[in-house]
Amino acid sequence: MIRFVLKRFLWGIPVLLVVATLTFILMQVVPGGPFDKEKPLPPEIKANVEAKYHLDKPIWQQYLLYLKALLRGDLGPSYKYLGRDVADIIRDTLPVSLQLGLLALLVAIASGLVLGILAVVRPYSWIDRTGMILATAGISIPNFVMGALLVLFLAHMYKFFPPALWEGWRHTILPALTLGLGPAAFIARLMRASLLETLHQDFVRTARSKGLGEGAILLKHVLKNSVMPVVTFLGPLAATLVTGSFIVEYIFSIPGMGKFFITAVTNRDYPLIMGVTLVYSALILAANLIVDIAYAYLDPRVRVE
Amino acid sequence: MKLEIIWERVWGGFKPDLLMLGSGLAILGVCGMAILAPWLAPYSFEAQDNSVILQVPSSEHWMGTDRLGRDLYSRLLYGARISVAIGMLTALAALVLGTLYGAISGYIGGRVDNWMMRCVDIVYALPDLLLIILIMVILGRGFLGIFLALTLVSWVTVARIIRGEVLKYREQSYVEAARALGAGHQRILFRHILPNTLGPLIVILTFRIPAAILAESTLSFVGLGITPPLASWGTLANEGWAAMKFYPHLIVFPSLFIFSTILAFNFLGDGLRDALDPRNRRTAG
Repeated sequence: MIRFVLKRFLWGIPVLLVVATLTFILMQVVPGGPFDKEKPLPPEIKANVEAKYHLDKPIWQQYLLYLKALLRGDLGPSYKYLGRDVADIIRDTLPVSLQLGLLALLVAIASGLVLGILAVVRPYSWIDRTGMILATAGISIPNFVMGALLVLFLAHMYKFFPPALWEGWRHTILPALTLGLGPAAFIARLMRASLLETLHQDFVRTARSKGLGEGAILLKHVLKNSVMPVVTFLGPLAATLVTGSFIVEYIFSIPGMGKFFITAVTNRDYPLIMGVTLVYSALILAANLIVDIAYAYLDPRVRVE
Repeated sequence: MKLEIIWERVWGGFKPDLLMLGSGLAILGVCGMAILAPWLAPYSFEAQDNSVILQVPSSEHWMGTDRLGRDLYSRLLYGARISVAIGMLTALAALVLGTLYGAISGYIGGRVDNWMMRCVDIVYALPDLLLIILIMVILGRGFLGIFLALTLVSWVTVARIIRGEVLKYREQSYVEAARALGAGHQRILFRHILPNTLGPLIVILTFRIPAAILAESTLSFVGLGITPPLASWGTLANEGWAAMKFYPHLIVFPSLFIFSTILAFNFLGDGLRDALDPRNRRTAG
């Protein structure tokens, strides 16, 4: 088990290196530099600024400097927020984004599982049909439309929750719902399909012939054998939550990493873009690692390759 | 899969399934709106009129006006052009690119296949929207930038599926027979193998279109997409968001257009998959 985890962990390093290299190359070929202003800087000042950020060195040296700094956890200074390091900005904003992401994860898994189970209690009944139509609707609804709906009804029409900002638990509800309900719909569909498949297996018939009630069969025998697809989905879910957080943090003005990423792109703040991209990649790799471990724990066959 | 068989199955799927039929009609409606926008729109999409700023829906302006006095209904019709065009064009481009890549990779096999698929894996490792934004940093914003960025990211999904299909058919005896008869690689691939993948291709196409529309509207919503004076549904939703508290119609109508279009495509895709893919047939019930 430990060897398995270690192997998966080490596999993440080359992937991160590739991501780091790709973002570096990406930012090199971008037209326009960070110091291009409407009024051009005097050449001496420009040379000074470029020397400060090592922009005057050949590209391969910049790349090595960048990697070396990366190893120390130094992501360089932000071009736009003067005097602040990218690492500082990330340290301030990452906890907010993590909080939002975990809450949304909770929403997605809890409501997804409940909806999926409700659907199979009476398969192909009207409950199931409406539930699945709602789930398809949930998958089709863009984050910002979901956010608009929630804010319109729960913040403006009925003033249950504040419409924006991040200052206490009441502020977390709407963003977490906005981010989590879409994936919840997806989990509900996955869960339903998986539960239906398990329900047709022999051991369920055996349990039934033993005289167990349907509720006990569903909760004790079927559920445990049906969660695998949902566990697998947790990897892509991490990616969905990351990209969703750009939009949700943007529309609710939450001071998280996603909001800074969007502004960094608008400002062409390359070190910030690279830093945030790297953190996101690391987060997604970590999520996939956790999924792999959970998988190996739940299904012993995975451990033996 | 033969065209007639596909048609038969799709039609067979349409007839009993009202949801699928309704979705198909809705999509036709949206496409009609997009094509006929200049004739359907009562006003120009950029004509500003200071006398009718921020009006609620009325008989004059069916969906109200925005803060510059522009007619929202007309703007939504023109927005349909951009959103639908982006959706269809990127889906098609991704389909062509992905099919070629996947087919070649699967057909050649061996080490080439291995390397080609590792490249796909790298694109896969990062979330789509993140990659799209990074690519657009290079290519610039606007219609062309979005189109290229979306295509560059979404072909990998197609490539993976088509590669799998090609691998499945490559070893079939009729392919071997064709080879024995002296057919060249090109002929085998394009005449004997790829026509079999038509069913899955149609299904992928139906799911790629709403995915592209979603990505485009999301980008435009956060201000990284289509640039003014052009306005896609996402841009309109963004303008609506700012004024939402007092003028909810400005966010409600664009949201409704985006949501129902994506929903219709997803319902249609579900139906087509049930009809065309025997593995996903509804068995019980």
